Amino acid sequence: MTTATAAPRLPSTLAIGRRRVSIELKQFFRDRNSAVFNFAFPMVLLIIFGSVFGGQNIAPDITFAQYFVAGMIASGVLYTSFQNLSIAIPLEREDGTLKRLQGTPMPKASYFVGKIGTVFVAYTAQVVILIVVGVLFYGIQLPSTALQWFTFLWASVLGLIGCTLLGIAFSVVPKTGRGASAVATPIVLVLQFTSGVFFVFTQLPHWMQVFASIFPLKWLAQAMRSVFLPEYAAAMEPAGNWELPMCAFMLALWCVIGLVLSILFFRWTPRGSN
Amino acid sequence: MGETAVSVENVRKRYGDLWALDGASFHIDFGECFALLGPNGAGKTTVTEILEGYRHRDSGTASVLGQDPEHGDRAWRSQIGIVLQSDRDLGDLTVAEAVEHFTGYYANPRDPADVIAAVGLTEKAKSRNEKLSGGQRRRLDVALGIIGRPRVLFLDEPTTGFDPEARREFWTLIEGLKAEGTTILLTTHYLEEAEHLADRVAIISRGKVLACDTPTLLGGRERSSARVSWMQDGIRVESQTMDPTRAVIDLAERFGSEIPGLEIHRETLEDVYLSLLQDDRYVEGGDSE
Repeated sequence: MTTATAAPRLPSTLAIGRRRVSIELKQFFRDRNSAVFNFAFPMVLLIIFGSVFGGQNIAPDITFAQYFVAGMIASGVLYTSFQNLSIAIPLEREDGTLKRLQGTPMPKASYFVGKIGTVFVAYTAQVVILIVVGVLFYGIQLPSTALQWFTFLWASVLGLIGCTLLGIAFSVVPKTGRGASAVATPIVLVLQFTSGVFFVFTQLPHWMQVFASIFPLKWLAQAMRSVFLPEYAAAMEPAGNWELPMCAFMLALWCVIGLVLSILFFRWTPRGSN
Repeated sequence: MGETAVSVENVRKRYGDLWALDGASFHIDFGECFALLGPNGAGKTTVTEILEGYRHRDSGTASVLGQDPEHGDRAWRSQIGIVLQSDRDLGDLTVAEAVEHFTGYYANPRDPADVIAAVGLTEKAKSRNEKLSGGQRRRLDVALGIIGRPRVLFLDEPTTGFDPEARREFWTLIEGLKAEGTTILLTTHYLEEAEHLADRVAIISRGKVLACDTPTLLGGRERSSARVSWMQDGIRVESQTMDPTRAVIDLAERFGSEIPGLEIHRETLEDVYLSLLQDDRYVEGGDSE
């Protein structure tokens, strides 16, 4: 009854969302944890694997480094979205960030706009780092056709959306902010080992391939291989071709699963408080 | 506009077997600074968080600016300011960045530089928030609480852990907000803080309001007996009386001139507070934490 004063309009959800993106990026790039997990760690992995196995050929003129870069860029999606958010959000829930925001007129959607924007920028930065290191030191060939770049784009976007939503949903699992990385990091690592990032996928045991096919990383890595490997390498895939429609379908399916799970389970406050 | 900015009527809230609020009632007028005073675990934070819209209540009615806080929308949120206990967020940002960021949430925010100056952080404006002292950190929280020009400001134990000088400076800041007409709900366990800042004080214990009045009238202080003492033959002599003026006149006549070492003690807010809490424990036949 007293709130209906002729006050100026509140800023829009998108305007506040843009503000969230810029402040979150500042925090992201200043935070040592996220710098290590999102930039230094993938770069170090690329250097180690590139130096040890990079020169070995997995096909007449395909180096393991070329195969590995595709997998690491697919992993980059998981690092910057799923792993990043399932560690950052529990910390924000614990240090009072979420409670403070809840007490302001910020629409809740603006918070998620901020997260998604931050994830996209972090991913872009990581891809640039991986490609620059790969090209300079391991002779990585960049995709040459527009179609390959188009695949890179849709696979990245679908993967980021799905894994961002999954990270938001998964952020309720760690009991404390400090314990969050111990819960999220092993999941990413296991998926990397089983999805054809660290090893050539078709050389993995069959049951492992079946297991990995449930999750998005396998399909993301496969789509990225279609971007970074020559066309004839498709014969080395389990189906004998890139299965791009299936990749798109599985990534889209995980977007839907992520959306449902995040709506059902995401919470602003720590468990046991209301 | 109604007279009442905040009202709480018979609010109950249970955590497991414990009634954190057991029928609490009070109201706050527009422009008033109202203090909730009570020991730890009395229900101060619970009732404050219900009014801020964070917590659900089991029964009773609550209203802030005419709205049920549980269903407060954005327009309502933009008119309240919240200073929570012990936030540790925003550490990677500077004071100026944090304050500037939150201006973007409101329709008619204050000028960030003015707010930073008002809380006395101008010299720290470019420091990372993680480097601020406890007192500076709380002042940043107040800056973020008032950036949107709230009509009602909630301050939950704002000066816990402050040294006396920082507390004095903080009081001056709150008095400035009061002078601008901001309605303030303050929770504290410092009696002198409530006495200094509040127009009215409610003493709360185990989820109930035991007494509510201006600091000078609380618990019938002005009507209670006074202790008159003076020096006689090098010894302090005391007399408890309901009529201290009469006692002083009698003494003045007896001494014929200055009464040596004259002191008159009224019951302090602390005396009232402690006796109310003691009675409360006695009535319930138990001890709160």
